[in-house]
Amino acid sequence: MLGQIIYALPFLAEGFALTLWVSFLVVLFSLMAGVILGVGLVYGPVPLRWAVRIFSDTIRGIPILVLIFFVYYGLPAIGLHLPSFWAAVTALTLFKTAQVVEYLRGAVGSIPRGQTEAAMAIGLTFRQQLTSVIFPQAFRRFLPPWINGVTDAVKGSALVSLLGITDLMQAINQVIGRTYEAMPLYILGALIYFAVNYTLSLASRRLERRFTFIRE
Amino acid sequence: MATNTQEIPALLDVRDVSKAFGTVQVLRSVSLKVSRGEVVTVIGPSGSGKTTLLRCVNFLESYDSGSIRIDGKEVGFREGGSRQRRGERDLAAMRAETGMVFQSFNLFPHLTAAGNIMLGLTKVRGKSTAEARSIAEHWLGRVGLGHKADSLPAELSGGQQQRVGIARAVAMEPKILLLDEITSALDPELVGEVLEVVRGLAQDGMTMVMVTHEMAFARDASSRIVFMADGGVSAIGPPRDILAAETDNERLRSFLARFRASHF
Ligand SMILES: Nc1ncnc2c1ncn2[C@@H]1O[C@H](COP(=O)(O)OP(=O)(O)O)[C@@H](O)[C@H]1O
Ligand SMILES: [Mg+2]
Repeated sequence: MLGQIIYALPFLAEGFALTLWVSFLVVLFSLMAGVILGVGLVYGPVPLRWAVRIFSDTIRGIPILVLIFFVYYGLPAIGLHLPSFWAAVTALTLFKTAQVVEYLRGAVGSIPRGQTEAAMAIGLTFRQQLTSVIFPQAFRRFLPPWINGVTDAVKGSALVSLLGITDLMQAINQVIGRTYEAMPLYILGALIYFAVNYTLSLASRRLERRFTFIRE
Repeated sequence: MATNTQEIPALLDVRDVSKAFGTVQVLRSVSLKVSRGEVVTVIGPSGSGKTTLLRCVNFLESYDSGSIRIDGKEVGFREGGSRQRRGERDLAAMRAETGMVFQSFNLFPHLTAAGNIMLGLTKVRGKSTAEARSIAEHWLGRVGLGHKADSLPAELSGGQQQRVGIARAVAMEPKILLLDEITSALDPELVGEVLEVVRGLAQDGMTMVMVTHEMAFARDASSRIVFMADGGVSAIGPPRDILAAETDNERLRSFLARFRASHF
């Protein structure tokens, strides 16, 4: 039994690499899109705020599984054919983006109005106000839920196996199909996911401590 | 002796500025000229529009009609009376010429005292970090906080924070400094040290418009006092005229009477 698992390890490693790759892409894209849309939600003109609000509320109201199937099987109806990998990444990114929007809104919204006014008063442009005054302060608030979201993304990436993509989850299932050793392999899988997410949590806590400054 | 009959153009020229928040008329045709080097204090009951007036001067707040000029340049709107708002960069550049000190300090809590002062110097004035640091240290020395350059705001007393707030504003070498009840959030024993700094700036010729409830300071340090009531300038003149108990301005008299009753 152990022999069979060891034999399967390179295959599992490939699946694991794909899991990390999907997670990384989703986290990266959703961070960029979420921060931009979040800034639009907080500072944008009213129509933009509404658009982001509707986007965020809609996406967050849909089960992620439905979102994945919708992008993969639904979008071809309007002529958008995405290969399964990119369909999965797109769906997970949409989902995560909506969350990042909310984290950003919460974090930026917690900064008192006077900070922006003081930044304006010394002549900072909007972009400088954000990068030098608002974001550094909002960062500490943004980080914990966001890292939480990153661990969610790693876990959620297992759903891509439903589109037949060989990520860690799918690799485990396939090895089980060949070896009939379900329990040890699921335990191994659980341990790998746990190890990744535990590492992320630790990193998060260290980061948070580093960005602690005392508020008046 | 020059016999110059030409009027010296005011550094700050507020003309017929009106502003409403919704249906509430907050400023009613306010006009005010402030010359270079002048210290003007603004007094008046709460809600009379003092803060709003200051905020209009550096365009933290827009206004509905009238004009505000600093050094001849229209604030907020493009030249030519089109009432077209200036672009974002243009506004930022204009605001850099106007210093503002807030009642609630509004220091940047993630930056040290020196960092608070250096931010505008590096980002807006384009100074190197070393240059900015030495300017920050100079001003911190001027406000008596030379030893606190590397302290975070949270590690400073209210009076110290406000002195950093003043240093942050003046380090930008603004043409005019706006101060909005800068001692109102302070414990009484800390008011003096902050006013002392303002006095020093006045002696150096800094042009200032200062909203305050410190009547003794207004009397001693300002060249003119503006009394605002109900969104308008109700009285304006040298301290001895405005603070005279026998003024025939009904509103001013009752304001001063109430003020004296509650503060002395
Ligand atoms: N952002 C705002 N929205 C609506 N009303 C406001 C706003 N800011 C100030 N006001 C109102 O404008 C009036 C003048 O306020 P303010 O300029 O702060 O007076 P002061 O500084 O003399 O106490 C008050 O009635 C106040 O409630
Ligand atoms: Mg006020």
